[in-house]
Amino acid sequence: MNISRRKLITTGVIATAGASAAIIAERKGLVPPDGAGLYGPGETLTYATQRVLTSHSLAREFAPSQISKDPFANPVAPLGDEFKRLQAEAFVDWPLAIDGLVDRPASFSLAQLKSFPRHNQITHLACEEGWSYIAQWTGVPLSHLLNLVGTQPQARYVVYRSIQRDWWDSIDMADALHPQTVLAHTFNGSDLPVPFGGPLRMRVPRQLGYKSVKYITRLTVTDDLKKFGKGLGSSAPEGGYAWYAGI
Amino acid sequence: MADSVWAPVNTAAVADTTAPARHSALVRATHWITTIAFLALLLTGVEILISHPRFYWGEAGNVNTSPLFTIPIPASRGTVPTGYGYVLPDQNGWSRYLHFQSAWLAVLTGLLYVAFGFSSGHFRRNLLPAASNRGDATSYNRLQRSTYLFVIFVLFPLVIWTGLAMSPAIASVLPGSVAILGGQQSARTIHFFVTVALVVFLLGHITMVIRAGFRNRVRTMITGRL
Repeated sequence: MNISRRKLITTGVIATAGASAAIIAERKGLVPPDGAGLYGPGETLTYATQRVLTSHSLAREFAPSQISKDPFANPVAPLGDEFKRLQAEAFVDWPLAIDGLVDRPASFSLAQLKSFPRHNQITHLACEEGWSYIAQWTGVPLSHLLNLVGTQPQARYVVYRSIQRDWWDSIDMADALHPQTVLAHTFNGSDLPVPFGGPLRMRVPRQLGYKSVKYITRLTVTDDLKKFGKGLGSSAPEGGYAWYAGI
Repeated sequence: MADSVWAPVNTAAVADTTAPARHSALVRATHWITTIAFLALLLTGVEILISHPRFYWGEAGNVNTSPLFTIPIPASRGTVPTGYGYVLPDQNGWSRYLHFQSAWLAVLTGLLYVAFGFSSGHFRRNLLPAASNRGDATSYNRLQRSTYLFVIFVLFPLVIWTGLAMSPAIASVLPGSVAILGGQQSARTIHFFVTVALVVFLLGHITMVIRAGFRNRVRTMITGRL
């Protein structure tokens, strides 16, 4: 056998560097909730790298002339009776509850949300399938709501839930406090249409479309995603899809 | 004499085991890691493509947009008009996980290979067409050298670039990298064509290996000895 000393040292250095990187990533919160298992290394590399690179970057914004004339809304499962009852009243009582690690848990109606400061953005929404459209989204910045209820210092993630029980997701505080992360109620200047997630959709423009969950009714601020569902941070990994979708 | 590819090198059959290896250990290791990563990327890329076998030019495009072209295959989504009366099963979840993990493997391996290629003189000695062609079985001709360099320094960087340009997070940091390609849908379309070019290269590469003696060449890329 001829394993040279150089090879042994190189292997040792690589192994030590890898182990150190894993420990640092864990401490800095750079391991995604679905960062274990077969695809954990790839997911962790992607999330950690992008989190470091993109903590303050802004999603690209476009000119009004670039807004797609033909946006596409992916079909959703039938919306239940509760949704229909709220829809019959033009969604005025659509509730958004905020709880978890906050000083003042609260619930806001859609009318209240529309009275809050508005953020406008013309951004690209890309589906993981490959298609996309550009639209103008208007809504209340999530950071504004989090300030209103007083996020506690140990907060690490915001879990958001749809009126469709199977749909829930979460983002880290870098995305939650990001100026372009909004609870959108207006689409291309009109009330957000139901097929596009109306009356209230989480819009996370630096990630793929599936992170922009439709029909949001509840936000929970947390320090631990293991308490939710199967502990993978979202219904997406439970269905086989990655939690982090900045790709 | 039918030496197995996997058998230890027979010193009687190979005259001079002290001669320099045909391929260095690093070239052999990175070659096979890249092979595995590329095949995984190709398989999962096809699976992802099946969910929307339509291509567009510019920033945005969807089923309401007229496509640049479509691939005439059935889709794994019922929302895509394909002309087929059935929908294939959705394989995007694991395909995407594996696609990006394999992309990391390919990129990190590629960086190691390129760093080695420059520092060791591998590019200059074995791949640069200007270098003297020894004209024997251990050297590549001008066309082979140019092709390898094109794959290493044009196709691979381009497939990585167009892949990254489809990422909304990367686009937020490097918006120019998307704009210069013509938009995110253009990046996806170019990504597809570069993949086609890489597959054409792969088929040509395998054809040449077969014509030069498949077992011998594969063994050389595994053991380093001719």
